[in-house]
Amino acid sequence: MTIMIENNKALQLEVAELMVQALNLDTSANEIDPDAPLYGDGLGLDSIDILEVALVISKRYGLQLKADSENNHEIFSSLHNLTSYVAANKAS
Amino acid sequence: MALMQTLPLITHTSFAKPIAWRKGISVSVEEFLADVNYLATLLPAGKHILNVCKDRYHFSVGLAAAIISNKVSVLPPTHTPEMLRQLQIFSPDVFCLYDNDDCDIALPRFNYPTMPKHPAKKVSIPRINTQQLIAIVFTSGSTGQPNPHPKKWGSLVQNVQAQAKRLGLSESNEYSFIGTIPPQHMYGFESTVLLPWQSGNAISSAQPFYPADICSAMQSIPAPRILVSTPLHLRLLLDSELNIAEPALLLSATAPLSYTLADKVETTLKAPLIEIYGSTETGQIATRRTIDGDSWQLLPQIKLTQQGEQVFAEGGHVEVATTLNDIIELTEPGFFLLHGRTQDLINIAGKRSSLTNLNHHLNAIEGVIDGAFFMPDELSHDHVTRLSACVVAPNLTASQLLAALRTKIDPAFLPRPLLFLETLPRNATGKLPREALKKLFDTSINKDLSCTQN
Repeated sequence: MTIMIENNKALQLEVAELMVQALNLDTSANEIDPDAPLYGDGLGLDSIDILEVALVISKRYGLQLKADSENNHEIFSSLHNLTSYVAANKAS
Repeated sequence: MALMQTLPLITHTSFAKPIAWRKGISVSVEEFLADVNYLATLLPAGKHILNVCKDRYHFSVGLAAAIISNKVSVLPPTHTPEMLRQLQIFSPDVFCLYDNDDCDIALPRFNYPTMPKHPAKKVSIPRINTQQLIAIVFTSGSTGQPNPHPKKWGSLVQNVQAQAKRLGLSESNEYSFIGTIPPQHMYGFESTVLLPWQSGNAISSAQPFYPADICSAMQSIPAPRILVSTPLHLRLLLDSELNIAEPALLLSATAPLSYTLADKVETTLKAPLIEIYGSTETGQIATRRTIDGDSWQLLPQIKLTQQGEQVFAEGGHVEVATTLNDIIELTEPGFFLLHGRTQDLINIAGKRSSLTNLNHHLNAIEGVIDGAFFMPDELSHDHVTRLSACVVAPNLTASQLLAALRTKIDPAFLPRPLLFLETLPRNATGKLPREALKKLFDTSINKDLSCTQN
């Protein structure tokens, strides 16, 4: 159990780093609040940012995001949710 | 045109033919017209309609219902509260037609209805007065107030008919159109709704978001398919390396494509890629196949004239001579070269160029995936302000890139700093707003990211 939490923490930081790099965010990966919204008010991402993040995440973890198959807003509602989605769907 | 009083809403010659595809199922011309007639009986009384339907088929039914009810569709550039406020001042009776549960447009709203099974009833294709005002498309304007650009039926039809002819479209092709751009944008309005209507072809209801969505939307409709897109979406689609059902034709607009990307798209997707040139003011006026060269070919009947520095378009569907906000070089009759927008004129120590021209050279360098120059605000007239640039070029070093640039542009325009990035801050239509670049460079100065790829 402890190992899983640690793994998710590591993955969360990795995902955050991908986002920071892909979007050239003026913030460091460990400064992103895992529970704050990525869209709009929180990190301030827009739909094109999401497209860019989706591309790097698809390439890194071998998964394809689709707007109609999952609740897209839910996945990108926070770093925490995005990480859970990646953990559950990534190719091993 | 003056003799012709009316033109048909759609040019399909059979009521049984598909005019749309929704989730793999076709919608016949007959069903479409019945849906249009039904919606027209329900629409609120207001004369102005803001149609924000996400489903492209719903949008098309809403547009047609508005047209036959003599209502005007308003197409603002954004839906910010301020823009909605301006819209209400412009047209106090405006209401919003929507089809998504989370619509929060602060205007009187009307939900797209669930269509009943229409009783078998004879339908006919409506003919619309060429002088009827169909849409008002707004541009941001420089003083905060949006500028309205009225579009009449005759001019819209003449425009997309000329486009259809240029692209070689006709009803016998049975094309299906898929758009990665919303129908509420002038380009999407013309090329994903009016163009299929006026060439006897079909609209895909999909509004694909991710590359994987584009692939499934393409897969869900029969060939031949036309993908109406932008440089941004085409780049992401290629980078995703997904298998995509081959299109018969690709269209791109909103920003000039680089030769490199166009060539890669054509090779990978095995279809011709045609760029469209136009503006909100003029509609579409020229096309080019990017891999064939830089030259743009005007649509027949459109003429460009030069008066001093300014170039005007006139003729065909452009009823009044209209200024083009671009630096245009008239070459042989019917052709021109685009050297950038007039607003992006660059003058450094007496040497003149334009951002678009510089960006063209930057993006043409082998190994540059995307790149842009940025002109910082001048701090003082006594000091020469230098251009900055940012590039996506993972396999190039700064010195390689600068050496390549030096062969293309005057040394006065070489960027400092030059930032290497993963992606550029493009907006929803693939454009690079100056504000976004300014922010990028302001923040990166402190981070010392420049020339990190030495």
